Amino acid sequence: MANQDKTRLLSTEHLIKTYTMGDIQVHALRGIDLNINTGEFIAIMGASGSGKTTFMNLLGCLDKPTSGSYILDGIAVHQMSETELSQIRNQKIGYVFQSFYLLPRTTALENVELPLLYCKKCSLHERHEKARHALSIVGIADRAKHFPNQLSGGQQQRVAIARAIVNDPVFILADEPTGNLDTRTSIEVMAVFQELHRQGKTIVLVTHENDIAQYSDRLITFRDGKIISDRVNPSPRIATDDLMNLPSLDEED
Amino acid sequence: MSIFGIIRIALKSLTRNKTRTFLTMLGIIIGVAAVITMLAIGQGAKKIVEDQVNSMGTNVIMVTVNFMQSSSNVRQAAGGGTLLEVEDVEAIRDNVDGVLYASTVYNTWGQLKFEGSNWRTGIMGVDADYFFIRDMKTSQGELFHASEVEMGAKVCVIGKTVADNLFGDVDPVDKIIRIRNIPFTVKGVLEAKGQNVMGMDQDDTVIAPYTTVYTRLLGQRWRNMMVLVSAKSKEAIQVVQQDILDLLQSRHRGTTSEVFSVRTQTELADTANSVSNTLTILLASIAGISLLVGGIGIMNIMLVSVTERIKEIGIRMAVGAGKRDVLLQFIIEAVAISIIGGILGIFLGFAAAKIVGDIMKWSVAVTPWSVVLSVGFSMAIGIFFGWYPASKAANLNLIDALRYE
Ligand SMILES: Nc1ncnc2c1ncn2[C@@H]1O[C@H](COP(=O)(O)OP(=O)(O)OP(=O)(O)O)[C@@H](O)[C@H]1O
Ligand SMILES: [Mg+2]
Repeated sequence: MANQDKTRLLSTEHLIKTYTMGDIQVHALRGIDLNINTGEFIAIMGASGSGKTTFMNLLGCLDKPTSGSYILDGIAVHQMSETELSQIRNQKIGYVFQSFYLLPRTTALENVELPLLYCKKCSLHERHEKARHALSIVGIADRAKHFPNQLSGGQQQRVAIARAIVNDPVFILADEPTGNLDTRTSIEVMAVFQELHRQGKTIVLVTHENDIAQYSDRLITFRDGKIISDRVNPSPRIATDDLMNLPSLDEED
Repeated sequence: MSIFGIIRIALKSLTRNKTRTFLTMLGIIIGVAAVITMLAIGQGAKKIVEDQVNSMGTNVIMVTVNFMQSSSNVRQAAGGGTLLEVEDVEAIRDNVDGVLYASTVYNTWGQLKFEGSNWRTGIMGVDADYFFIRDMKTSQGELFHASEVEMGAKVCVIGKTVADNLFGDVDPVDKIIRIRNIPFTVKGVLEAKGQNVMGMDQDDTVIAPYTTVYTRLLGQRWRNMMVLVSAKSKEAIQVVQQDILDLLQSRHRGTTSEVFSVRTQTELADTANSVSNTLTILLASIAGISLLVGGIGIMNIMLVSVTERIKEIGIRMAVGAGKRDVLLQFIIEAVAISIIGGILGIFLGFAAAKIVGDIMKWSVAVTPWSVVLSVGFSMAIGIFFGWYPASKAANLNLIDALRYE
């Protein structure tokens, strides 16, 4: 992992996003300069409305910046067409949303397969294999045939994480992945992220909770569309340890 | 993404809402079934007309007075002989080469009586040649002869229906019936022909010498008649047709060629065909409108479906679906509805055509091209009406779609 740290995964230069609503202009991002190396685990914090989601959407190629440059894996993303962006989303990025965004009436396995449907060469068999593997990484292989409404919030978020990693992306973006989960489930989800991180994935996540941010090894704080602090977390917490120290489920109820 | 993958996705989303998919499909099913049935009925009508024309006999030419053209002439030349006369028939028979038979035909109606029974039916006054032109034979007794026509004998042959209704179990041959109170001797009963394709009973008729019908029954100088001619051969028909026209014109001075209508069987068939074609097109267009309505139904449901699934579209785009993938998915959904509906509609159309055929005793025929037409048309409808909702879906903004509640 130490040798991976040197590799530049992405860099943004004076990234600006301005929303225009009629006459009003909302400056969501006012110039973000950021470098992220392969293998980093970053937590982004900041007050509501500070532009975290907006920034994540740009990193995730869900949206285009108003100006500025964004180089991902050597590709000048800000110059790409929509079709090319959809391919980058498919191949290089795994996105985990606060409210899971699973397709209803679609099994966990099929939800995880979704990104594979939109990539060129992947046989039916391969798809099942990869999806099953991703589900087992997040620890819910036994729920493959369940529908989202038959799963708990934590399980749904695991399915969403499995979907994010199924295509073996270069990095994983998670916008408040624990925002809808209770403490224990949140830590469980963080354990999944830490495990993925250990396996070499680059992870950027947004959170409001300082406790959650402590599981990462770099902390970035946003305010009013700007980065106001960017520091290394000297001693990240270990989610699996915390889980063992938590009171057991029965007592919690 | 491969087209098969998109097809699978599209079919999967269709099966997810089966009732709605089926109801949407119903519009297309009914539309296609209606088109198929209407085309089949039209085709059936065409066949009826053909049969009818063929049943006239072989190489038949029909001569009538064209009333539309001659109405003014009639007034001018009243009594001047612009209408067909018995002498014309003889002239045609004797003077035109290639004529095999020619017969005067008068049509009228009358009450028949035999002892206590009454029957009202159509009465035909014809020459003995008529039987040969129409290829008629008797099942009991015999036909009347040319000599009897010449004499104006009070004889007749009757159809089976008339025989049954007047005579019951009694043998009608040589019995005397009263037609409009004039006694006629029944010489024979015609071979039963059954209903014609239009459902008219061909056996409900009385045929008597035209001389008798003319003098005894019509009783006045009412000279509206038709002449049936049969040519020796198919090849001779055209020449005969022209010769008859020339002959009639020379016999009736001052008439134009439009006054007499000398029409061959083929011409009659053509006219009748163009009528039944028009009918077919009319029926099919009406049915086509219901197909169009079905298509609008698809568009409507697809629009609803796109709105409902904005979030799904956002999710798909977020994990890598391109515009093209989304566009295709929704178009394929629309096309799948329309094609599956089209195929079901064909089966329904077949069934409906069969039922209609059975009820109306028509031989309705579902033609292969009407099937091809329906499937092609319903597919086109799917693409046409699916396009707008699909492009609406494909052009959604990703972020907006994800945030949509
Ligand atoms: N689609 C949009 N149109 C207009 N303004 C927007 C849009 N999306 C975000 N904004 C504005 O941009 C600013 C930044 O929003 P953003 O969602 O990035 O905040 P955030 O840091 O994620 O907040 P939270 O912690 O509440 O999720 C806000 O002022 C918001 O109102
Ligand atoms: Mg946010």
